[in-house]
Amino acid sequence: MTVISMNTVHTPVAPQDGAQPMVSFRDVHKSFGALEVLKGIDLDVMPGQVAALIGRSGSGKSTALRCINGLEKINDGELTVCGRNLRARDFELRELRKEVGIVFQSYNLFPHLTVEQNVTLAPRKVNGLDAAESRALAAEVLEQVGLSDKASSYPEQLSGGQQQRVAIARSLAMRPKLMLFDEVTSALDPELTGEVLRVIGKLAAGGMTMVLVTHEMAFARQVADLVVYMHQGRVWEAGKGTMLDDPQTVELRQFVGSGL
Amino acid sequence: MLGVSLDQYGFLVQGAFWTVVLSLMGFVGGTIVGLPVALARISRGWFLCRASSAYVQFVQGIPLPVIMFVVYFGVSIYGFDVNALVAAAIAMTLYSSAYLGEIWKGCIQAVPKTQWEAGECLALTNLQRFIYIILPQALRIAVPPTVGFLVQIVKNTSYSVVIGFFDLTYSAKILNNATFKPFIIFTAAALIYFAICFPLSRYARRFELRLHRRNA
Repeated sequence: MTVISMNTVHTPVAPQDGAQPMVSFRDVHKSFGALEVLKGIDLDVMPGQVAALIGRSGSGKSTALRCINGLEKINDGELTVCGRNLRARDFELRELRKEVGIVFQSYNLFPHLTVEQNVTLAPRKVNGLDAAESRALAAEVLEQVGLSDKASSYPEQLSGGQQQRVAIARSLAMRPKLMLFDEVTSALDPELTGEVLRVIGKLAAGGMTMVLVTHEMAFARQVADLVVYMHQGRVWEAGKGTMLDDPQTVELRQFVGSGL
Repeated sequence: MLGVSLDQYGFLVQGAFWTVVLSLMGFVGGTIVGLPVALARISRGWFLCRASSAYVQFVQGIPLPVIMFVVYFGVSIYGFDVNALVAAAIAMTLYSSAYLGEIWKGCIQAVPKTQWEAGECLALTNLQRFIYIILPQALRIAVPPTVGFLVQIVKNTSYSVVIGFFDLTYSAKILNNATFKPFIIFTAAALIYFAICFPLSRYARRFELRLHRRNA
């Protein structure tokens, strides 16, 4: 378990009355062939909230996350993200993608482009920024992840932690309303995990709405307003980070006790 | 020199010139036709995918000399008088486009799926993803096998001898008829072929090594 020291303290955001959830699952089902991975998920993430999905491999947490930005299509139920119903007839996937950023475990940077080009490709081609605007934008988001000096490097010249921070910057450059993190530290050495988690913690403190799938339990407890324990395709237990200290179900108790 | 005059060697070089010309025509034609073939092979459209696959299998299933004959004699039946160069160029285009299409299809597919996914999640369109993310990476992968295939093109232009196109092989054949020194003449022709192909394979090999080092 990586324990990290945070420069910034995240104040949990309480759901405001009348505010619409940024992400809302209602009885969401998802199957791959005969295998049902999500068996009726209900979950709300309010603007400004940080939700951490935890659970064993195969519990459906990554699938749930990938459903949020339409990488997986749900089979049944209702899923609303940034006010868009993903199963509506007039639903525009690309419009959703402009508002929802995602960072993967394997970074997926573009190896033939420099760090700056990685960050500015989508803002230029999708949002129509010109050279000067995109340069300024790159400088801004790279500073946010602490990599201002790496703008002209290629991904292969960076460490895993640095690459993952570039991936975060690349997402931020689209000015998303919601950020998704899919086990972003699982491929990293423990010493590199901290630098990535610090960046994510800083974003949380800045008020970014986030959903993250993570194995970093200490981090989840510290940063998340909402910890969601998934088990066998269902939300087994959900609550504040303190719920990890006092699990209500046998499964979560075992999971926490397993030292993951 | 070895019973063959300098003029006669010069005749071989003339033939070699046309071998290079035909190779270039075959490569350029093969690129112009082969690139759309590669794109059609990976397209999600049922018809494009099937049609291009049928084209590739059809061309690959016919020996090149037979393609040469079909183009040379087949076209003239319909009243078009094609000279040997045009016929040979068309045949080389058909042949190389089928192989290049297949090679490039593999190169495009060799770019990890996660690259498409990353582009998709940044709201880039299909075309934008292909042009800015996939194509530059596929091109890099494609250089060694493409240059390697160029060697095949150069060697296989020698089949144009069957339709009487004046290339290196044909000039060697004529020269042999005049001098009756087959060993000397064909060895000289072999050396010229080698001189054209060897730098290409060396370059392909060097580029491949560089690519592997980069990816290591």
